[in-house]
Amino acid sequence: MAPLDTDKAQLDVRGPDGHPLEIPRLACGAMADLKSFPAAPEHQEALGFPGELVENWQEVAIAKMGELAQKNRAFQVYLDACVKCGACTDKCHYFLGTGDPKNMPVARQDLLRSVYRRYYTFAGKYFPWLVGARDLTREVLDEWYTYYHQCSQCRRCSVFCPYGIDTAEISMAAREIMDCVGVGQKYCNEIIGKVKAVGNNLGLNPKALGATLEGLEEDIEEETGISVRLPLDEKGADILLITPSADFFADPHIDGLIGYAKVFHEAGVSWTLSSYASEAANFGMFIGSYENMREVSLRIRQAALDLGVKRIVFGECGHAWRVAYSFLNTLAGPFDFLDQKYPVPQHILEFTWGEIQKGTLTFDKSKNDEFRLTYHDSCNVARGSRMGDMPGGQFEIPRNVLKAVCNHYFDMDRDTIMESTLCCGGGGGLLTDDLMDLRVKGSSPRMKALQQVTADHGVTHMAAICAICKSQFSKVMPKFGYEMDSILSVHQLVSNAIVLTGQNAGEDDADEAGED
Amino acid sequence: MSTLYALLFYVATALLVVGTAIKIRTYARTPAPLKIPTTPAPTTRSGVFWRMFREIAFFESLFKSNKWIWLFGYMFHVALALILLRHFRYFTTGWFWVDWVQPFGVYASFAFVLGLAGLWARRFVVERIRYISSPSDHLMLALLLGIGLSGMGMKFVAKTDIVAVKVFFQGLMRFQINDLPTHPALLIHLGLVALLMIIFPISKLLHAPGVFFSPTRNQVDDPREKRHLAPWAAQLEK
Ligand code: SF4
Ligand code: SF4
Repeated sequence: MAPLDTDKAQLDVRGPDGHPLEIPRLACGAMADLKSFPAAPEHQEALGFPGELVENWQEVAIAKMGELAQKNRAFQVYLDACVKCGACTDKCHYFLGTGDPKNMPVARQDLLRSVYRRYYTFAGKYFPWLVGARDLTREVLDEWYTYYHQCSQCRRCSVFCPYGIDTAEISMAAREIMDCVGVGQKYCNEIIGKVKAVGNNLGLNPKALGATLEGLEEDIEEETGISVRLPLDEKGADILLITPSADFFADPHIDGLIGYAKVFHEAGVSWTLSSYASEAANFGMFIGSYENMREVSLRIRQAALDLGVKRIVFGECGHAWRVAYSFLNTLAGPFDFLDQKYPVPQHILEFTWGEIQKGTLTFDKSKNDEFRLTYHDSCNVARGSRMGDMPGGQFEIPRNVLKAVCNHYFDMDRDTIMESTLCCGGGGGLLTDDLMDLRVKGSSPRMKALQQVTADHGVTHMAAICAICKSQFSKVMPKFGYEMDSILSVHQLVSNAIVLTGQNAGEDDADEAGED
Repeated sequence: MSTLYALLFYVATALLVVGTAIKIRTYARTPAPLKIPTTPAPTTRSGVFWRMFREIAFFESLFKSNKWIWLFGYMFHVALALILLRHFRYFTTGWFWVDWVQPFGVYASFAFVLGLAGLWARRFVVERIRYISSPSDHLMLALLLGIGLSGMGMKFVAKTDIVAVKVFFQGLMRFQINDLPTHPALLIHLGLVALLMIIFPISKLLHAPGVFFSPTRNQVDDPREKRHLAPWAAQLEK
């Protein structure tokens, strides 16, 4: 253990409110005016939804609600089973951060449950006042739009509900219903359109992508003196890497991508990216659209077939990993054409941890000594997926890798990590500037937990494995007294510490002219 | 009066059984299109069985969530279970465990009322829970409390002829209507119980069957190993 950096340790940056899970007083209507930008007609239509509010929208919405109840057991059961016990009321980071009672999970569900009851249950039809049932009016629709776009579908509430009621399922259904009547959200729907048209959320075309990757190869060679490849569309490679497009573009994401490349290089496997499926993210989940989610997933299957790979590995992205781990086999399977010796799909951390255990990777941990680290469990990885063979591998493996590559690691408060992790505040399709107020407030519980470990252990940086988390934190961290680059990719740390075969360890800017 | 109550109980039983059966059938038939267990989740069926068992026997998630709600809720539910077992004596004769459970059922009535009172108090005292409570949530507690208090009234204050009550209910099971004592507490007690039975399948009491069908709790975490596909989703692949 290195001596504690006393400067940092004494600096108490905790806010006046103290504990990250402190329950606020109710502030009715506090967030009622924050509306995410609605989708333009062309964004709606590209996804097969009506361009604007349809004439008979009430009818359509109510019918859709009935259809979802028949198609999705979770929706059906969760609308019936809630007993209003209140156990979930203080579990949502958006409630903790805003105090708006409609951001309490049960109240968020009730926005839709009240309408479902009115049209689909005996009590709601005949005694609406008794069970809080209400007609579907324009006001109600607007309220749905507001508050179902203040849920990051993080599922923290579902961990704590005695019946496992998952508000994310209700939010997804609500967004699907809204899309079907013509009121979708700009951010999500525009992005899904881009994936369908170009192959990734950023709208990065194959040429630009190729150029980016070449640039990275040069950077790595310059830095290490070793030629590490980042292949694109290489037929016959063993591994297809599917990674969020942010990895091609933004800090700290891109350093993570360099990390994957170095790990693959050292492991001696052949791999490739695909320009057709150049996106791990799948916003189809956020809007609750099975069809859109499936269409986006099928691109990955197609790319795997076209490139003739044997394995699929996913890069660092939270909801992408949930869709990949939990849904890909359903949506785009069966994957019997891939090598069955490996899980389909595999997470890059499963790959890296496997290599570490095999002993193929050499690290110089001191390269990360400038960081005192903690790790943010991303919601979708923590509560909607797994890594490795054992339940909870999604918590162990990232931490194992971090501890293998750095010397100073500290966990945040147990009630704010692992299955109880707090959302970054920007998940679920909320990572848009028009929701910035919500994003900052929603991140405050996580930020307070970080401030605690900063105060107690001098933690300076936080690592994450989700593109959304990373983007969100680099935006909001400055508001809580951290630099915007205090958020790191896990594979960025791997990249820092890894000593490539043939590389002169210990020398930072090894200048090995003549190599290659 | 006896005939009225006899009919009431036939109707209530029919509604309870048929209504709940229909609901259970709907839940069972509705597909879960995707694997959504709240992870970490068990990777085997037996693991899921154990998870459900802990959830139902100990209210595990609720315990993690909120100790006060757990305390009152658990107290109330365990008491309810004991009381229900105690009431088997009206329908059976000579079952040893029914005799054995009798004294526990008596003590349980206090826990029952206390638990309900605690839950109800929270609906007033805790701002968040007050906000989410609708009239039916209060009435449900009132109904249960009414059942508990009228039952205790017959045990501790003004006893009723329980032998006659037993004759009445055993008669109902053989489709005979025998005389029911016209003890006011008894009539209130039975009336409220019948009401509870009737509203069971159309109210939040559906949480009892519902919990078994909750995909976040009852699914096995094995999506990579086993392909999960809902019938309607399979149609999309055609
Ligand atoms: S914890 Fe579950 S049952 Fe209780 S109020 Fe919340 S959603 Fe309803
Ligand atoms: S899923 Fe997450 S964001 Fe949505 S209500 Fe539950 S805790 Fe809040």
